[in-house]
This record gives sequence, C-alpha cells and structure tokens, in this order.
Amino acid sequence: MSEEKLIKNDIRPDGRKLDEMREMEARAGVIDRADGSGYFRLGNTIAVAAVYGPKELHPKHLVDPVKAYVKCRYNMAPFSTSDRIRPGPNRRSTEISKVIKDALSSVIFLKEYPETSIEIFIEILQADASTRCVGLNAASIALADAGIPMKDLVTSCAAGKVEGTMILDVAGIEDCEGEVDLPIAYVPRKNEIYLLQMDGIINKDELKKGIEMAIKGCKVIYEKQKEALKNRYAKKGVDKK
Amino acid sequence: MMTEIDKEYVRTIIKGDKRPDGRGFEEFRNLKIEQGYVKNAEGSAMVTLGKTKILVGVKMSIGEPYPDSPDKGVLMVNAELGPVASPDFESGPPRPQAVELARVVDRGVRESKSINMEKLCIEKGEKVWLVAVDIHILNDYGNLIDAAGIGAIAAILDAKIPGIKEDGTPDIENRKEKLDVTQIPITCTIYKITGKMVLDPDLKEESAVDGRLTVTTIDGSICAMQKGGVCGFTPEEVYKAIDISIKKGNEIRKKYFK
Repeated sequence: MSEEKLIKNDIRPDGRKLDEMREMEARAGVIDRADGSGYFRLGNTIAVAAVYGPKELHPKHLVDPVKAYVKCRYNMAPFSTSDRIRPGPNRRSTEISKVIKDALSSVIFLKEYPETSIEIFIEILQADASTRCVGLNAASIALADAGIPMKDLVTSCAAGKVEGTMILDVAGIEDCEGEVDLPIAYVPRKNEIYLLQMDGIINKDELKKGIEMAIKGCKVIYEKQKEALKNRYAKKGVDKK
Repeated sequence: MMTEIDKEYVRTIIKGDKRPDGRGFEEFRNLKIEQGYVKNAEGSAMVTLGKTKILVGVKMSIGEPYPDSPDKGVLMVNAELGPVASPDFESGPPRPQAVELARVVDRGVRESKSINMEKLCIEKGEKVWLVAVDIHILNDYGNLIDAAGIGAIAAILDAKIPGIKEDGTPDIENRKEKLDVTQIPITCTIYKITGKMVLDPDLKEESAVDGRLTVTTIDGSICAMQKGGVCGFTPEEVYKAIDISIKKGNEIRKKYFK
C-alpha cells in the first residue's frame, strides 16, 4: 500500500472536483438498421444501444396478451477492457442485463403494445467504470429515438467512496482503489430511483450523500440526452429538403 | 400459479394496512436455522422461513489464487433454482433470477469482509482454499433472497476447514479449525406492494410485489444493496428502507447468531 493519497485538497487524480462529472457526449440515431439507437460517452466509457421493435415475439410462449415483453442484452466488447473478455454472456452481464431491463420496463408504456417484444441491445465499446450507467443512458436515447412511448427518459450515473470521501462519477484509478461503488438510475420527472446497486461498507449518511450527488449527476445527463434527441430531429428536418 | 384474483386480494388487504396472514408489515414469518444438516459438506444450514425451504452447503477445495490477490482464498456463491422447488422453475443453465440471487448473496458476504480470506492461504501465489457456497432452493414460498442470505452466513459459520492429506488433497475426515468469520451480514429486503413497504412476503404476497430493495447490513453499516422489480423508490423511501433493514438486521443477528 502506498502512502500517497489519491485525493489531495479535494482534488481527484484526474483533476476533477469531488462532485464533478467527466465530460460527456450523447447522440441519437447511430445505427441505421435499428428502429432507434443511441450513443453515450462519459469520459472514456463508450456505449451504443439499438432498439428493435415493437415486433413479433419469439419464442411464442413468452407472448403476453396484455403487454409488450422487453428483452435486454448488455454486452461488453472483448477488447473493451485491459484484459480481454471472453465473448458471450457471463454471470455479471446476465445480472446487469436484468437490472437494466427492470429499470427501462418501468418507464415504457408496455400496455400500448400487447403481444409484441421490444428488444434493447447495449454494447460497451470501451470501459472505464460506470458501464451499466452509460449503457442505460444510451438505451434510453435509443428507446426515445425508436418512438416508443415512455413516462420519461431514464438517466443513470454512479457515486463512490474513495479514501472515506464520497465522490461523483468514479473513474480510472478511483475505480480500482475505491471502497464503494453506487450506481443509480433516476427518473427526474417522477423523482424516483429505478436502479440502485451498492457494494462496499458505508453508513447511512454517506449513502445519502452519494445518492444526492448521483441524482445531481443524473440531472446533467438528462439535459444531454434531451439535447441529443433534439439535434437528431432538427437534422432530419434539414435532410428532407 | 398465482391468479389476478390472488394479486387483487393481496393488494386490497395491504391497502387497508393489514396482511393476509395477519402479520405486521415489518414482521418476518417463523425462521428456523439448522446448522450441520449435511455431514459431507464442510458447513451447511437448512433455513425454513415460513414455508420457504433452502439448504445451503459449503464445500472447500484447494486451488490457485487470483493473480491480484495471491495470499487470499477464493469465495464462490452459486444458486440453483431447480424444478423441485416451484412449477415456475425449469432445469437447465441458471436463469437471470438465479444469477441475480447468487450475486446479491455473494456481494453481501464478500463486501462485508465477513470471512478472513488471508487465513485461507496455504502457499502464497500457489495454493489457497476455494470456498464454494451453494444455495439449493427446496421450496419457493416467497422471499428467497433473505432466506438465502441468512442461510449462506449460517452455513459459513458452520464450516470447518478440512485437513490436507499427504498427496495435497483435502482431508474431510480430519476437519479442524472453523472458518474465521468476523462479520455477520444479514440480508433484509424491503418489498413495495401498492406503495406500502412490507418485509418477508409469502408466495401470494410476492405475486403482488411491484418492486424491492435488498439491503445487506453488518452492525449499523450497509455493505450491499440491490434494487429489483419495476416500481421505483423515491430517495426518501430508500432512506426509510435502510432504517428498517438496519433494525431488522440487528434483531435477526441478536436472536439467531449470538
């Protein structure tokens, strides 16, 4: 263990303040074959998402006569991390796919599309912490881009605890050395949390601070997502001329 | 199979601040823990929570450590939702529900630093003990997460490290020391039904659940959380859920693990 502290005078290894997010970029409409798609980059973490549907559901026994069925696949590209990831699903990606599916299902008006499936595919192209959050942000854009009616966009980011200090948007060395990771997904219009995971030892006050920080981050992301969708359709208008 | 009528029945009663079986909202069903149930396992526990039955077994073997922790043992948690326990379960590879269950329990044990993993090192960088915790669901009658979490820590507390034979294989005839367990993580899940927070739903109540928040605690601190299901929690509801879990965790720890 080195004596050197990661956080000095409230400044983090990459020069950010404690509650500062990494710079980010959002785009809508990046995959032509898909009915809707989105791109989200947070620092060095990059995700794209495609939405197909509502479409016919296979296998047939999954068909729900009152609402649409949501399929969700979160996948990391084998070359997205420093050690290659073996292609195909693993326990981690299965769990993440499930929690993302739950979060997105809660905002989609599923009863508008009975007996169909809405399929969401998330690919992490490059990973530097918060991949589930960045994937979820891209997927939300993709759903909106596909024209699927939703209560609101789902926004997601993570807080963490490093050297006993709560920080927003953990990245790089903070991710390896940190004590706690706290990703959340938040829906601004309803002021509700739809995804929350936490590991590491934390007390209630720290957790409260982390959630408050992450909600603040989500509100920044929300604006970026809306901007991406507006840009996409402003451009479409121009293309048609 | 639960029908729409069952769900509506549960919802109506819960809306009226009561529960179908007359329990309080923060009251668990009867909990029974039997340790040492399976002699061939290094540690085991049969947990009965109301009609829910889960058997957790711990087996230990010798293997290589992970390169980033050469002086530590390895923990693995796995869950089987086999067809014996419910008409909704099928045989075959684990489905998302089983994977999530195992990973939530795993994080509770791992992040609480409950087991002293350094004591499981046999030869640094070469040989360590691998601890496999297998959660075997025998009857799914609701709230598998909490029963599995409690079963896992009970089985871990029961586990004794095997001796080592001359050929380097584990000698389960000569088990000696117990695992060094320093913390007792307790998993407590808050379920939301029609906007009310209830603990430990049985099968019928579980069919009406809109969302859940699992909080694993150790003496006053939180060590793992997982939100599931489709309904959201406001930040205030999350804080309230944490208070309930800490209180319930202390209660269970005191009654069954002291």
